[in-house]
Amino acid sequence: MSEEHKLSMSIDIEKLTKTYDSFAALDDVSLSIKSGEFLSLLGSSGSGKTTLLMALAGFVRPDAGSIRFGGREMIFEPPHKRDVGMMFQSYALFPHMNVFQNVAYPLKLRGYKRADIRQRVEQALATVELDHLIERGITEMSGGQRQRIALARAIVFEPKILLMDEPLSALDKRLRETMQLELRRLHERLGMTVVYVTHDQREALTMSDRIAVMSKGRIRQIDTPVNLYERPANRFIAEFVGESSCLPLTLQGGQALFQGRALRGANVASGLKNPSLVVRPEKLQFVPAEASDYNLLRGHVADVIFQGESQLVQIDLGEGMSVAIRRPTNSSEGNRLPARGDAVVLGLHVQDTLLVGDDQ
Amino acid sequence: MSSDLFDALNARDLRKAQRRERWYLFGSGLPALLLVLLTFVLPIGWLFWLSLFNADGQLSIENYTRLLEPIYVLTFVQTFKTGIIVTIACVLIGYPYAYFMIKGPRWLANVAMALLLVSLWTSLLVRTYAWLIILQRRGIANDLLMSLGITDAPLPLVYNLTGTVIGMVHIMLPFMILPLYAAMKSIDPIYSQAAAAFGASPSRAFRDVFLPLSGPGLAAGATLVFVITLGFYVTPALLGGGKVQMISMRIESDVSMYANWGAASSLGVVLLLATLLILFIVKKSAGLGRRSE
Repeated sequence: MSEEHKLSMSIDIEKLTKTYDSFAALDDVSLSIKSGEFLSLLGSSGSGKTTLLMALAGFVRPDAGSIRFGGREMIFEPPHKRDVGMMFQSYALFPHMNVFQNVAYPLKLRGYKRADIRQRVEQALATVELDHLIERGITEMSGGQRQRIALARAIVFEPKILLMDEPLSALDKRLRETMQLELRRLHERLGMTVVYVTHDQREALTMSDRIAVMSKGRIRQIDTPVNLYERPANRFIAEFVGESSCLPLTLQGGQALFQGRALRGANVASGLKNPSLVVRPEKLQFVPAEASDYNLLRGHVADVIFQGESQLVQIDLGEGMSVAIRRPTNSSEGNRLPARGDAVVLGLHVQDTLLVGDDQ
Repeated sequence: MSSDLFDALNARDLRKAQRRERWYLFGSGLPALLLVLLTFVLPIGWLFWLSLFNADGQLSIENYTRLLEPIYVLTFVQTFKTGIIVTIACVLIGYPYAYFMIKGPRWLANVAMALLLVSLWTSLLVRTYAWLIILQRRGIANDLLMSLGITDAPLPLVYNLTGTVIGMVHIMLPFMILPLYAAMKSIDPIYSQAAAAFGASPSRAFRDVFLPLSGPGLAAGATLVFVITLGFYVTPALLGGGKVQMISMRIESDVSMYANWGAASSLGVVLLLATLLILFIVKKSAGLGRRSE
């Protein structure tokens, strides 16, 4: 299959290692990104996600490993020969150039003709709805506008690979959420391969085809957003993605026991190390004392927190364990606000009953 | 302003407080203002006043018309020529020096900075005499040039424009390098990275991004060097051997030899005006390419 005429390129990362002094920023990372895929690297700071992106861009020279774009080895190429689009966290728009000159820069370097440059810059700026500001100075632009200009500059030469380093982190929440949807639409339309670094799990869940969760320089799990959330590979992922509580279990005769009762629907077949029950606030319900299809958790209300669209009820399960349950703040029947100290029974649906083990 | 607002809760007292604060701020700036008035505005005004009297103490513009005589015109030309040569030399040596301090290895950059500061802290007179010794007919410089076979006979390196320029460039270099270094230090390396990411080779990224961003520092350094050079006295007097006539030396001779304060003052006034004009031009042209942050 010819890669030449496509809008995107695959990325193959193999056994990539980078050590700073004794700190392993990248620890034997292997990852294949499909052509046209939107892949997010998710992790907290120091997890190695930015190092990996910078290695792809050519700004970090790995100690060992291989990076291939569309099958071609790139590990020895300097940044300016990698031909990728790049969006920096601080945008890195050139302050001495105006909007047009900034967006035109990648085209100028590629030797496009003047009329051609003009047309493409206008088109790229129209894509981000800023074509009316083409002759303005960068310093006159707001944060949101700069973000769009940086995006226009990154896509103006139609790169087959687009690398983005937390491009939305400087925006306020509202603008960030709008831009997430816009970036996703843009990706659908232009079809390039996107590698997107973020520490915001909601952002990763919203935008990505697949998410690679990183910590300590390693990829802990790589999967679709749904699988990552519903089928976390281990306790680290379960706790990192979503607001989950992991409750310790005891295994007895092939059954998982919680509060002395066997959990139904729990898959204990595989040899889990220190298994625990993953409980997410939105999976829980207040149920009558004997509900079928539900595993029951008994406890007392410790606190009720109002959060606008929902309320979060903290439940003390005893033995130092606690969970939270999220409830919508509508006035439907039976949506009575529990009071602190109430004895309650929580139901976790059999199909939502999920066990994870410690990371190996 | 509506009377509603005027009668509003505490409005009158808040306005009074605002006025008091303004007076307080003005009052705290007053000593500095007086100092500037006393040490700068007054002497310059006096200088200007003096320049309007001829040697006989009569009010005239004689001092200014005399400046059109060839000997004075020549002095002005030579002063500006020396200034331009020294400034260009300082840019050519200072820019790579400052760039190296930014990009070079940390310890070597520290050494480079230390050398610069030591030279800055050493007396100007000492450095000028040092150059006199180095550059003389049988000095180190000529010995070296001859032993390397670059020249057979000693070159006239001192008591002329060459010696003056060498000495002045050495003395003025810190004034070029320090503002440049500060400007370069404040350039975020992310810009060069961004240029590289979009396909610029290192030399192209330097030309398109680093060089223009260091422009304000370059302009500041060059202006500083040029303006100080215009009023330089000691180094051209010692290293020029009377062959380099700067305005400052003309002023000195007018005062000490002819006791003609009016003539000296008019030279000072013209030098000041020329300097202000240059500063104005530089500010205008430097502001064109770049909007302030």
